[in-house]
Amino acid sequence: MELGDVKGRSPWEDAWHRLLKNRAAVTSAIIMGVMVVVVVLGPMLSPWEGDFTDWDHTFSPPSFATGHWFGTDAVGRDILVRTLEGGRISLLVGLVATLVSLAIGVTYGSVAGYYGGYTDRVMMRAVDIVYAMPFMFFVILLMVVFGRNIFLIFVAIGAINWLDMARIVRGQTLSLKNTEFVEAAQACGVQRRDIIVRHIVPNLLGVVIVYATLTIPQVILVESFLSFLGLGVQEPMSSWGALVNDGAQDLESAPWTLIFPALVLTVTLYCFNYIGDGLRDALDPKDRL
Amino acid sequence: MNDVVLRVQDLAVHYTVYEGGLLRSRERTIRAVDGVSFDLRAGEALGIVGESGCGKSTLARAILGLIRPTRGRVLWLGENLTELDEEALRRKRRELQIVFQDPLASLNPRMTVGDIIAEPLWTFFPKIATVQVEERVRGMMKMVGLLPNQINRYPHEFSGGQCQRIGIARALVLNPRLIICDEPVSALDVSIQAQIINLLQDLQRKLNLSLIFIAHDLSVVKHISDRVMVMYLGRSMEVSQQEHLYRRPLHPYTNALVKAVPIPDPRLARAQHETGLTGDMPSPFNPPEGCVFHTRCPYTVKRCRIEVPALRRMENDDWVACHRAEDLDLSIGKQAKLA
Repeated sequence: MELGDVKGRSPWEDAWHRLLKNRAAVTSAIIMGVMVVVVVLGPMLSPWEGDFTDWDHTFSPPSFATGHWFGTDAVGRDILVRTLEGGRISLLVGLVATLVSLAIGVTYGSVAGYYGGYTDRVMMRAVDIVYAMPFMFFVILLMVVFGRNIFLIFVAIGAINWLDMARIVRGQTLSLKNTEFVEAAQACGVQRRDIIVRHIVPNLLGVVIVYATLTIPQVILVESFLSFLGLGVQEPMSSWGALVNDGAQDLESAPWTLIFPALVLTVTLYCFNYIGDGLRDALDPKDRL
Repeated sequence: MNDVVLRVQDLAVHYTVYEGGLLRSRERTIRAVDGVSFDLRAGEALGIVGESGCGKSTLARAILGLIRPTRGRVLWLGENLTELDEEALRRKRRELQIVFQDPLASLNPRMTVGDIIAEPLWTFFPKIATVQVEERVRGMMKMVGLLPNQINRYPHEFSGGQCQRIGIARALVLNPRLIICDEPVSALDVSIQAQIINLLQDLQRKLNLSLIFIAHDLSVVKHISDRVMVMYLGRSMEVSQQEHLYRRPLHPYTNALVKAVPIPDPRLARAQHETGLTGDMPSPFNPPEGCVFHTRCPYTVKRCRIEVPALRRMENDDWVACHRAEDLDLSIGKQAKLA
């Protein structure tokens, strides 16, 4: 009476199905998907280069006739292309910095939490010390010493963001460490490294994913803030924050230089927040844990 | 006769608790397990009973080395487990396994049943072929009464009883010689309890396992145990053959426990109406002087308040820790008149 194997449905699949039922999250995900494609491919298809200055149309309002759909800025650069190119930087910063903080934070937090005792105390005290350093001061110092460089922005933001991640992961690890299935693994003689990889990390990933999704917009905002202060990316490169900064200065004469980048930035932030909320509902910890 | 596999000698687990404010913190010690000794033979089933908080689970974890004991020795086949370093102890885990109380909580929700049962195999035989593992896992599933075609399912897709079978399969997959069951049925429905107990009993006989079966309910322990140890406030009060314990308890506490088992016959139940125990278990922070049970014992005399009774051997290899064991006749059915 050998029957065929029954396929199980993992908690991940359950969460996925719940996520697909969340309209706000799905819509946001689609918008973000389109946004990424347009940002990556758009500048290649556009007739304008990002740093091309069209002297015939400086401060030209949005118009199909001139070919500048979003208008141009003070030196005649096409706002549409610059918004797309700025999007590349903004999204890249958001993604890379989040991934960096994810990798460091999860490893650091789970090791500190699981090993506990002296190891934990030393590791978390180190986090507290770094946390106490004033972020802006840290960034300005980096910029002064190494010059303005996009990688420095990754480093600076990543170096701050993993701290929160490490704390969250450590907290989760502490509660997971005392569950019976971890005790069962210990009783089976499973090594510590394998317990962390197989039992601890998969079970805290839900919380971590939600947090990471909410970190992306936060990082984009921080980068925008840095750019707004003039500490961000350098011309001719651009980011949404830098564009908003430029636009804000010409707000009265050419509002479109502010409106379009700000609009795209806002939509992106909203989308990530909705996706994060959707993920939180789908991966609801009350489900298990 | 001397085929003792596990010898526990004077095992104690004390926890230190810090309490109080910033300036005046106070250290208090909980004696969760305080000087427990017993032997376990090959193929024997020892039941451990006692009220909640008497140290049963702590004892189980201390034997397995999941908690480091404060004092005492755990001799497994003559080797003292409490002296082994972490790595050596880890290797010993092949031979001693545990089944937990909460069946669902003891299974990782993100792993398939197949992976859960296979994990000990991968741990001890990292080079084993995948086909072999799968064959073994399917074999184990059949053995504990699960359909092998459920191998790819996840724990939340099973009932409590089935989850407990998965836990048993995981414990058995390495062919251990000792299984400690830490209240394996207290989270299950009564109808399922019997199934799991029967399963454990069958497996124990088939595989010649030594078994330590922990429960807070004497009737559950009765079916499976050859001998029963009764614990109270971290100490063992009595270790007796199962049939002796239920017919003629040696310790007044055992007597109270036996009488507390509900009898499904109102006439018999009325005949045994008086049950001994009043009051609560004293705080383990502050156990009574002398015999720890004297505050609730109906037969207390002066000596009980002063002197701690040692666990001593009575006839038929039954052991008891009571000063008055000789003068009390606690046979069930008779009234004890000496109070």
